[in-house]
Amino acid sequence: MTRAFSGRDSAELTPDRLALDELDADDVRIHPDTLEAQAQVAEANHNPQLAANLRRAAELALVPEAKVLALYDALRPHRSTAAELEALAASLDSTPAPLTAALVREAAAVYERRGLLA
Amino acid sequence: MGEEHVGRIRFMDQQRVNLDGFAHEDAGLGLIAMNAPEDPEPSIRIEDGRVVEMDGTAEADFDSLDALIARHGIDVTVAEEAMGLDDVELARLFVDWSVPRAEIVRLCAGTTPAKLARVVALLRPAELTLAMTKMRARRTPSNQAHVTNRLDDPLLLAADAATAAAFGFREIETTVPVLADAPSNAVAVTIGASIGSPGILVQCSVEEAMELEMGIRGLVSYAETVSLYGTEDVFVDGDDTPYSKAVLAAAYASRGVKMRVSSGAGAEVLMGGAANRSMLYLESRCVSLARALGVQGVQNGGIDGASVAGAVPRGVRELMAENVMVMARNLEACTGNDALMSESDVRRTSRTLPILLAGSDYVCSGFGSIQRYDNMFGPSQWNAEDIDDWLAMQRDWGVDGGLRTADPDEIGRLRREAAEACRDVYRYLGLADFDDDHVERAVDAVGSKDLGDPDPMVVLTAAQTVRSSGLGSLEVAKALQECGYDDAATRLLQMLEARVHGDHLQTAAIFDEQMQVLSLVTDPNDYAGPGTGYEPSPERQREIDMIRQAKGVEDLRHDQAEYATDTLKPVGEAEQGSDPREVVIGVSPGVGRNVWRTLSGLTVIEVLDELLAGLEEEGCTARIVRVNRTLDLGMVGLTAARLSGSGIGIGLQGKGTALIHRRDLPPLANLELYSMAPIVTRDLYRVLGTNAGRHAKGATPVPARNPYTDEAIEARYHTSVISLVALEREHVSRAVAPEELEVVR
Repeated sequence: MTRAFSGRDSAELTPDRLALDELDADDVRIHPDTLEAQAQVAEANHNPQLAANLRRAAELALVPEAKVLALYDALRPHRSTAAELEALAASLDSTPAPLTAALVREAAAVYERRGLLA
Repeated sequence: MGEEHVGRIRFMDQQRVNLDGFAHEDAGLGLIAMNAPEDPEPSIRIEDGRVVEMDGTAEADFDSLDALIARHGIDVTVAEEAMGLDDVELARLFVDWSVPRAEIVRLCAGTTPAKLARVVALLRPAELTLAMTKMRARRTPSNQAHVTNRLDDPLLLAADAATAAAFGFREIETTVPVLADAPSNAVAVTIGASIGSPGILVQCSVEEAMELEMGIRGLVSYAETVSLYGTEDVFVDGDDTPYSKAVLAAAYASRGVKMRVSSGAGAEVLMGGAANRSMLYLESRCVSLARALGVQGVQNGGIDGASVAGAVPRGVRELMAENVMVMARNLEACTGNDALMSESDVRRTSRTLPILLAGSDYVCSGFGSIQRYDNMFGPSQWNAEDIDDWLAMQRDWGVDGGLRTADPDEIGRLRREAAEACRDVYRYLGLADFDDDHVERAVDAVGSKDLGDPDPMVVLTAAQTVRSSGLGSLEVAKALQECGYDDAATRLLQMLEARVHGDHLQTAAIFDEQMQVLSLVTDPNDYAGPGTGYEPSPERQREIDMIRQAKGVEDLRHDQAEYATDTLKPVGEAEQGSDPREVVIGVSPGVGRNVWRTLSGLTVIEVLDELLAGLEEEGCTARIVRVNRTLDLGMVGLTAARLSGSGIGIGLQGKGTALIHRRDLPPLANLELYSMAPIVTRDLYRVLGTNAGRHAKGATPVPARNPYTDEAIEARYHTSVISLVALEREHVSRAVAPEELEVVR
């Protein structure tokens, strides 16, 4: 059994329920636990980097669409100051999304050294 | 101005290959395929489990690519072992089938960009082919299609997406000439793909942020326009950094959307930022970075820059080496053959063939399933114009290039259903209202030029409505259901369910038509020499073999029967003639029985009429005799000559080959011969008749000349010849004497 983001069992994603308007967007959205399970599969198949990405994805699975889009934008070159990136990392820490926060901090340090901050 | 070249050179200059640009190698401009003088020496230094020097650069000087690769992309537990291996020694492992793929993957995880580039540069073309056969992630090859048009016309997109699915493409990529149309294109292609087949992955390639938005909304099921570049400067020019791409990778996965990155030779050169490095080295950085980011796959092999690589020596080899690096890093390879890299059919085939033979996760990272002019990525290396060529090449070599023949009636049915479903869904969702004429045009259209002049604002408005209403694939599935397209609705719902499972987030995942995920995990490549690895299933082999143009004897029998008449009537055994002005025309055993039409398209009767008219012009009499004992043209003609009062005979085979014979000549000699049956005309048969008459009168006529052609006439007709001979042979009988035929009008 796989649970959707909403908690619904994926086996319940049937045409009948579609017809009855019983399904909504969170019923066809991946659950963070599923991403963690996929991370373990990736690890077992010799790709720890893919596993790490799926674990960051598991964190972002809980983050609303607009915030995800904003996070991407903040990491584009010359968009954010060091302080803004640190604030972003702190907010990710409290989400909690510590793996993503760590990536943002790592980026901030590299951006500082390479002149990629705003 | 120098003197004009001689004709031979002027003629060569006019050939299509000379429309291509060829450049001198110039490392300063990055116009060098592999092993540039300034490519760094491979090196690695690890302290306390941390990479502190890579390819000659110390940690303090790492740019953002180096930093991310060094921190995340190198397996420090094998780095020293792998980097310590001699380049040749490591290269040999790629083609040594006794060494498992997993062992190369393990070692390459510890290699730096400079090291891996040097190793694959050692592989010769045949070795690259073998390496690709062995190293690709997924066992079963597949292919990806572009489906776009100049108008972003939804009904045509839907019909073409269904068509692409029917031809076997497992991924469909669309894009837009007008950015704001993107959501409409995503919806239209999703509808068409759902009509065409279960399990088709769909993406809409646009600017990164908008593509991400559509992915999160569930309007597309994969993304690949996530570009990586080999230098930091070019990265920043593209308004990204390796870290922003890392966030993008996680963002897509967070919504269950499959994603690969896109890189490839030439991009840095075109942006003037190659920094004296070779294309292969810069691409090796991209591939290392892709692995470090944690994406599952890479589209490379020179995408938009393929022709840049093609312009320099060994450039095409470099493109294939890029793909092999992706495979060695245990990632899905979408192996280029995307943007058209040459005006020459020979060169573009040469560039693609080794990859088709080896098999790849996606042989093309964008086969233009639509016509060239409708491809909004620009013309592809392979296009709708070439689908039958592709199918023939698959069949010739017995390999799986991901495509299959689609039944013409089924294509017609699918296009209609897709166009109607798209029209109905757009109407149901309040996006647009298309009339019946528009549907009819989209069904039959070869391309958007066949659609007339639809109002472009309709698409734009539909797209804006999709975007502003937050409509997603669930609503599209519901609309399909409400409009009566239950199967398509179920297929789309299955794709959404797959997103909940996330199995397609693993490396090199596609869905088969039973919605099973085929990936590195579920369908790993196990090539280990002859007799191992991927072999098409018997059903798949039949799909590859049974192209729609293939014909058998029964097809030809049927074709011939359509021309059957009562014109030739047997009137008894042929007798010896005595009139010195008589010429006998001998025809082969099938004529008038099961053979009625020659290869030129003239019927046998029409040919006989010309021969008879020619003889009449010379004042000769003529008889027609069917020879039953042999179908050999020489013997047919000689038999006729021996029965003829003049001693001159004409032999005519049902396929149209004809000669003039004389009774005293050996069977294999003759006076005049038309061997090129498919291109003999009425006039030429008339000349053969008059010449036979002149021979009968003892004159020496100017011999009729065989017509000339530069076409592959044998390729065109040999299968028909074989079938015609089989038909004729059914009526060969040693026991039956020649019989006279009367022409009944």
